[in-house]
Amino acid sequence: MAAREEDTPIQHRQKDRAAVLPMVLIVVVSATTGVILGLLIDWFPTPASTQADPIDTLWDVLIIASVPIFVGVQAFVLYCVWRFRMRPGQELQDGPPIHGNTTLEVVWTVIPAVLILGLCAYSFFILEDIEEAKANEMRINVTGQQFTWTFEYPKSVTGGKPIRSAQLYVPEDRPVHFYVKSQDVLHDFWVPAWRMKIDAVPGIETKVRMTPNRLGRYSIVCAELCGIGHAYMRQTANVVSQEDFDEWLRSKQQRGGTAGGGAAGGEEIDGKTIFTEGNGESTACGACHALADAGTNATTGPNLDKVLPGMTPEQIREAIVDPNKEIEEGFGEGIMPDNFEQLLTPEELDALVKYLDEVRK
Amino acid sequence: MSLRSAGYPRAGLFGLLGLAFSYALVSSIRALYGWDPVVDGEAVARVAMLAVPLFMLVGFGLFDYWFYWAAGKPTRPEDHSGHGAFSWRDYFRPNTDHKVIGIQYTVTSFVFLFIGGLLAMLMRAELAQPGRQFVDADTYNGLFSVHASILIFLFIIPVFAGLANFVLPLMIGAPDMAFPRLNALSYWLLPLAGTMMLLSFFAPGGSFATGWTAYAPLSETSPIGQEFFTIGVQFAGASSIATALNFLVTIITMRAPGMSFFRMPLLVWANFSTSLLVVIATPFIAASQFFILLDRALGFRYFDAALGGDVLMYQHVFWFYSHPAVYIMMLPGFGIISEIIAVKARKPIFGYRMMAFSLLAIVVLGFTVWAHHMFVSGMQSWIRIPMMITTAVIAVPTGIKIFSWCATLWRGVLRLDTPMLFALGFLTMFTLGGISGVMFAMIPIDIHTSDTYFVVAHIHYVLFGGSVFTILAGVYYWFPKMTGRMYDESLGKLHFWLTFVFFNLSFGPMHLIGVKGMPRRVYDYSEAFAGWNLMITISSLCLGLSFLVFAYNIVASWRGGPRAAANPWRALTLEWQVSSPPPVFNFDHIPTVVGGPYEYGTPGAVHGVFKGGARVEQPAGAAVEPSSRE
Repeated sequence: MAAREEDTPIQHRQKDRAAVLPMVLIVVVSATTGVILGLLIDWFPTPASTQADPIDTLWDVLIIASVPIFVGVQAFVLYCVWRFRMRPGQELQDGPPIHGNTTLEVVWTVIPAVLILGLCAYSFFILEDIEEAKANEMRINVTGQQFTWTFEYPKSVTGGKPIRSAQLYVPEDRPVHFYVKSQDVLHDFWVPAWRMKIDAVPGIETKVRMTPNRLGRYSIVCAELCGIGHAYMRQTANVVSQEDFDEWLRSKQQRGGTAGGGAAGGEEIDGKTIFTEGNGESTACGACHALADAGTNATTGPNLDKVLPGMTPEQIREAIVDPNKEIEEGFGEGIMPDNFEQLLTPEELDALVKYLDEVRK
Repeated sequence: MSLRSAGYPRAGLFGLLGLAFSYALVSSIRALYGWDPVVDGEAVARVAMLAVPLFMLVGFGLFDYWFYWAAGKPTRPEDHSGHGAFSWRDYFRPNTDHKVIGIQYTVTSFVFLFIGGLLAMLMRAELAQPGRQFVDADTYNGLFSVHASILIFLFIIPVFAGLANFVLPLMIGAPDMAFPRLNALSYWLLPLAGTMMLLSFFAPGGSFATGWTAYAPLSETSPIGQEFFTIGVQFAGASSIATALNFLVTIITMRAPGMSFFRMPLLVWANFSTSLLVVIATPFIAASQFFILLDRALGFRYFDAALGGDVLMYQHVFWFYSHPAVYIMMLPGFGIISEIIAVKARKPIFGYRMMAFSLLAIVVLGFTVWAHHMFVSGMQSWIRIPMMITTAVIAVPTGIKIFSWCATLWRGVLRLDTPMLFALGFLTMFTLGGISGVMFAMIPIDIHTSDTYFVVAHIHYVLFGGSVFTILAGVYYWFPKMTGRMYDESLGKLHFWLTFVFFNLSFGPMHLIGVKGMPRRVYDYSEAFAGWNLMITISSLCLGLSFLVFAYNIVASWRGGPRAAANPWRALTLEWQVSSPPPVFNFDHIPTVVGGPYEYGTPGAVHGVFKGGARVEQPAGAAVEPSSRE
């Protein structure tokens, strides 16, 4: 077993130096390139809350701190592969018997430790920032159930009776404190554009603060596996101006707020609108069901163009209010929420059944 | 074939007896209480899932020795007649030879790798486009749950135990493991556990579909398929604990003369550390699943919030095992990489003692971080801060290992053959998995990214880019020793490049779509992610196909590859100083260890000397002159 070369220690050191400089150059150049590329990538969804900016900034800091280590290791390994690969004739050669270097080992223990503790400290301050209680907070109670969210606006918000809705409406720039509960299994209330999430846990109330600051419609996603309909447990968060929010609250209160309170006035209810948009509280049928007349083509639930023919109005009504009684072949039990009787007024339900009965023919 | 002597017929008979026992026990209890119906299929199935495998193991003869001993009958002293495998049939019988068990373990685990991989390809096929493609939502949830459970409990954890079973006793100069019969029992628990998990697909209501985490209360309200996981894990866990005890006793008591702890190869150190983790942590997952079983079967209400149960407790107990389990799935791989990089770079491992100490540091720190899986779970918020710090600090010992491997490459003479390519692939890909781990430790980032595809990307960079690459490196590296044949080098390299490229194309983009807002464990997803998902699906199917190259290479080389020399890599560790495959009793003469395991570059250095052997040369490594520490 021959050593690679019969060098004296001094010759080793000179050769070392010759290889070190290009290695350092290559590692530094590629690490810098890596950081620039990492920062150029558009990672996050559109930021829409005051929590988003600090989190996105922390992300950039982490990219700057960590990408050099990742890219540096890649570059180092590739450089070694190129520079020190076994060439023909070296089959029986070994490298120099270097067992370690105390200085180097101390350096690569202490520097990462300091870096990591610094990042932890910075994260701690960001965390304090994004979870800070603010003045003028609005409380909204969120309840998760398989497979839908219900939002309740308590008296402190409405000034009158509490309001329940399957759609989330919040005014722009108003801090919101969500009180989250679950009726059955674990869920997780997440609005990616707002960056924050919290589990809905049976038996306890969890809380999370978000301050939406950009008008628009954003997905509410259930992020904790909650069963067969987990992927479809999605609703919309509407960020509106304070005036629109007040207007929405007023119209909800006039409608009677909670379930079955009776319709407001003699206004004609359009079953097709209920189907495609919901009533502002309920999820829209068309979000999950395809129906040519309404122009929807979702595949979560049965295609209504196929299953409606042959059904009586009574059967249609039953399929809406008690969806698990009879399940269409190929679809699972418990995916469709069974709360439509609570979320739709009797008049709306009648209109919906009437509409579906008409398109059936 | 006699039904009275141990073997398959008796195992089958005892299995039927177990079933009859379950029927009798359940029905008589129900009859005594006057419950209706007296024969309850689910209750019988539950008891049968526990009883039938145990009865079968007894029928198979794995408890015979202990039963004879307990009954006061003359035991049959170990005459080593069960050692060695002389035809492929010998691998299908209980055997107490650690080399046979090592191969049984490894091959069985790889069978489960292919099954688990196929499940992943089915999942990706479903996710190729938004909407329903091939399976329904319930089946999809079952696919990812069984995929994860099989690959964690039946591939990564046992395959490391398998490789170490084969090489570890050889490496420390021992004739076998400390408890050969326990070793055989550990192995035979595995096929039963894996079969049980796979059989769940045929259970009424479908397979278990609550993820490998089986969070309560979802796992308490789901159909009976869940219990195939609840109980299957008990068998896999028992196997794990028994093997770990075996490794600990073997390493502590059976080292060859001169093999001090600091002359042990790092693979031995790694398995020592892993075994400590296993014996301390694994009882916790057993407990978590027994809680579920007691809730489901006997109505104990551990996790029923309405009756005062505590849902978060499940997560704490589960992760108190399952976070250390991440290191159980990684530390043995660290050991494999240390062996391969030293041999293939022809240099001593840089900073050997720090490599050993960093393993122990990971063992200790690994028990202090579990709640970082629960930053958004609703637990008390202050506990997140210490967990963030300990989690991030684990990157320090891990970083020491990465940098030391890098430094070992420096000025070596790198043999870029298949084991080395996989080792370097591990070094680069695992670094990325480690870095995304540090990002997760930072609570504000975790709040946004937990339960997203960023988690899926992270875990696959750690477990695939990390663990699986080390496993493949180890399989290629020890293939000549285990089989006595050489694998095909070009096919090995082809396998590496296909796997490496498609691995990155499959899991790299998941980082991005996760941060963008795609949650994990979803059967359907927003149109916005359709492009990336299609690309991921195509890449992952290619990734799956790349393993056909591996399978062909291994099978063809095992059957007809060129004969391997005793020491084709010119390695110094003891397993290479015996023939390939090793003699039935490992060493004709127990070696005496005279130096460190990695004295490459020192002319004439040896690790161990054999009585009567020709390799008595100047001891080296024990006293390396200070000038060589540059």
